Amino acid sequence: MRAPRWAYWIMLPLALLFWALMAWWLDTSLLPSPARVLDTLVNIARSGELWHHLGVTLRRVMISFVLAMAVGSVIGVVMGRSRMANALFDPLLVLFLNLPALVIIILLYVWFGLVETAAVMAVVINKVPNVAVTLREGARSLDPKLEQMARVYGLTRRQRLLDVWVPQLFPYLMAATRGGLALIWKIVLVVELLGRSDGIGFKLHMAFQVFDVASILAYSLAFVVVVQLIELMLLQPLERRASRWRQPGAAHA
Amino acid sequence: MLEVNIDGLSARPRILGEIFTTVSRGDRICLLGPSGAGKTTLLNALAGLDEGLSTSIQGRSRVRVGYLFQEHRLLPWRTVAQNLALVGAHAETINRLLADVGLTGFGDHLPDQLSLGMARRAALARCLAVDPDLLLLDEPFASLDPPRAAELRQLIQRLLQAHPDMAMVCVTHDTIDVGELANRLWYLDGTPATLQWDDRLEAGKSPESLVRQLRQLDATR
Repeated sequence: MRAPRWAYWIMLPLALLFWALMAWWLDTSLLPSPARVLDTLVNIARSGELWHHLGVTLRRVMISFVLAMAVGSVIGVVMGRSRMANALFDPLLVLFLNLPALVIIILLYVWFGLVETAAVMAVVINKVPNVAVTLREGARSLDPKLEQMARVYGLTRRQRLLDVWVPQLFPYLMAATRGGLALIWKIVLVVELLGRSDGIGFKLHMAFQVFDVASILAYSLAFVVVVQLIELMLLQPLERRASRWRQPGAAHA
Repeated sequence: MLEVNIDGLSARPRILGEIFTTVSRGDRICLLGPSGAGKTTLLNALAGLDEGLSTSIQGRSRVRVGYLFQEHRLLPWRTVAQNLALVGAHAETINRLLADVGLTGFGDHLPDQLSLGMARRAALARCLAVDPDLLLLDEPFASLDPPRAAELRQLIQRLLQAHPDMAMVCVTHDTIDVGELANRLWYLDGTPATLQWDDRLEAGKSPESLVRQLRQLDATR
């Protein structure tokens, strides 16, 4: 049964209230009140600082995301379709899946210096194994009956990829995208914190040095809102559009 | 048209044995045999889907194949018209084909919006869209109620008459189909399966005498 709509609007206001009460009661700069955080948010938004750093971080997220999805999808599909490729690369995949994100970031910064390429590469390398594993599942589940059909009717490579494979892989691509964005923007913040001089992660680092909790919360909230907007305005409409054919239509008997 | 040499003895699992035969233009073959004998495997081999089988089918590269699978195997995310366009049919051809199979106006429907019989006719239209020399039908009348099955049988009869050069291999369990569609009979049986019977039918042979002959064949084994 569906929960009523109002049930979604209970816990967040309660948490906000709890936060406000705690801030008022403790009265310390280490836990600023919601009003002060909002005040800080308005200030950094007015000065343009927020938009600059938000833009830089979002650009890093997008570039890393596109690269990771492209590379991970190709690796995953190849491993899913070829037992030989899977046998060869599976141990490597397991290694990279279990390598902590922090280790990859540090190594790339050590080897390539604190440069943009190293930052983006670190995020991509962290994300590629997850995409590959998801898409490998998808490639394994491709319908062999449709493969036979494609062979009998001599469909071109392009048709097989775009008309036969991509629609079947779509749920897996969406799963990788969802998990991808959530993971990538968290890693981007760490990458920025450790070795970049702009972006939300860098600002968090600065605020952390002077225990400026109001700024930390303001930047974090702004970013959470942006990620939610991407989810609501980009991903969900895309998913609805692409799975329209699944809607059970009235059968003409 | 086709010279079939199948040596399935090295295939795993071993379904087909040695099958040597030919398929000529205008052959209307009904392929009978008990369930699990390998009828679909043989059909797949004729269509070029012979993984693991040592087959050599002379002339297959020159033969265009239309294959009506047991399921419609249309892309469920593409409309009927898009499915036909996918195998190379142009807009006018699509409309003509849909009219031929009685699906005028259903081009913009998704396959899953059609009933079983309609989806099968749409798949039949796709077979015809490639202008086939060889039409492979895998139990085309299965799970249709008798009136719908009769309708589809008449439709296929009409199509065969319109394309006298087209060869057909039709898997079936029903001797009515043999009487109505076939001029040649294959009977596949045994482990591994071979063609126990490969016979031209005299014109006007009634299904009843066929049933009798099939029973005799069963009795002699």
